[in-house]
Amino acid sequence: MEQLTDWLRRFRLLVDEHQTELTELDSVIGDADHGANMARGMAAVVAKLDAESSANIAELFKTVGMTLVTSVGGASGPLYGTFFLRFGMSAGPVPALDPGALGAALRAGLDGIVARGKAELGDKTMFDALAPAVDAWDESVTGGGSAADASVAALAAAEGGRDATIPLVARKGRASYLGERSAGHLDPGAASSTLLLSALADSLRA
Amino acid sequence: MKKFINDPGNVLAEALSGVAAAHPDLRVDPVNRIIYRGEPTRQGKVALISGGGSGHEPLHGGFVGPGMLDAACAGEVFTSPTPDQMLEATKVVDAGAGVLHIVKNYTGDVLNFEMAAELAEAEGVRVASVVVNDDVAVEDSTWTAGRRGVGTTVLLEKIVGAAAEEGYDLDAVVALAQRINAAGRSMGVALTSCTVPAAGKPTFDLPEDEMEVGVGIHGEPGRHRVPLASAKEIAAMLVDPIVNDFDAGGPAIVMLNGLGGTPIIELYLMYGEVAPLLEAAGVTIERCLVGNYITSLDMAGCSLTVLKADDELLRLWDAPVRTSGLRWGV
Repeated sequence: MEQLTDWLRRFRLLVDEHQTELTELDSVIGDADHGANMARGMAAVVAKLDAESSANIAELFKTVGMTLVTSVGGASGPLYGTFFLRFGMSAGPVPALDPGALGAALRAGLDGIVARGKAELGDKTMFDALAPAVDAWDESVTGGGSAADASVAALAAAEGGRDATIPLVARKGRASYLGERSAGHLDPGAASSTLLLSALADSLRA
Repeated sequence: MKKFINDPGNVLAEALSGVAAAHPDLRVDPVNRIIYRGEPTRQGKVALISGGGSGHEPLHGGFVGPGMLDAACAGEVFTSPTPDQMLEATKVVDAGAGVLHIVKNYTGDVLNFEMAAELAEAEGVRVASVVVNDDVAVEDSTWTAGRRGVGTTVLLEKIVGAAAEEGYDLDAVVALAQRINAAGRSMGVALTSCTVPAAGKPTFDLPEDEMEVGVGIHGEPGRHRVPLASAKEIAAMLVDPIVNDFDAGGPAIVMLNGLGGTPIIELYLMYGEVAPLLEAAGVTIERCLVGNYITSLDMAGCSLTVLKADDELLRLWDAPVRTSGLRWGV
């Protein structure tokens, strides 16, 4: 649980650090608000973490998810919010997760994003980074890897998926209005999702 | 960036304070960022709420008042409001006859309004939604998030607002709203980008001698970039995609809308160009609006909306309305 809280704090720091970059990516194919929105949402999450302690992982991630849903807006709010809400529901009222349970929680979060956003692989969205990452996590754990090993594999897969969004023509979200003009640019949602995996890898290896 | 702001992070909150100061006949909830009518919803009247990112003013807050919306939820600039805001507004305006959510078709708006509708239903409020998607610039909708909601939203809020005042029940209001959405089409062009306060610089670069065709209302680039053309040529770029998209012939309400950075004189000049083109395409312009109604911050540009209108729509269009953005018959 401490490591998971650390994950969220590190994610906030990474989002802050990359805020301008995320907004710049979004200004090319979207509406120039992704960095500011994520920074506002994660600042609200960290403020919650500082103010109140959660009894278990389910409660922690319910708080995180609802905070994002109510503070971010745009598409990122419901999508990241749903990810954490489902993550917590899958994890359950427990104090700790083994690598398999953590992978199942990540998978549940991913499924939640799909349920809300209806994205498929190759639509040029956050799903393109998260889906290969969760697959890589599972593969690593099945092969006997620790949570730290799995997180490193997941991060590498997320980076690959993120970079693979560059040539794609967007089929979801605001970038899809650009048609062919969305090709040649990194998807901002895939970029912020990769930061989420990067933060997870950092906290599990710390 | 040269703007009338104090702090880029406080633009929305401070603008809402200004709305409250300017319009004592409205009630502003600064915490939830909701603009309400001054009077509570009349018992038995269907309530209408809308909302969306800020930066499109007068949409939506400028359309709150008798004859139009009951409440508007304001998001950050170009960012959808959140479900808790919409839930709060829905509960406050419900007067027993249900609440219509008027949603523009953008991924964020749709997702947040969906979550809000689920939460409101769970609390026993009857909610229906209409998603406006009238932008002909988005061509192949099976491969996109669908057509954007733009100008028709303004006309829909006016007409459906009048219907709710007249006593239409929720089902009738929804049917009317869907009919309006199906009968409206819009197309926009931009001469400049716009500057989101939090970003501090224009969203994209547009050279002096080029323009964007097929823009929405969020400073996003359009479908095509073309050399700057004369008003007469641009008028055709606005009219042709609309009249080629559906059978536009017959009576219509037409709006020539400014995107925020275009002087009214140019809008009238452009209206003078589009009106004969529309008439030539068989459109009989029964009513029109020229001005800034759904904007994209300081973007220079305009959009054209054509709403096919029968007698019912025209009667409701002419009904009294008293909001800061539209006001007649009172």
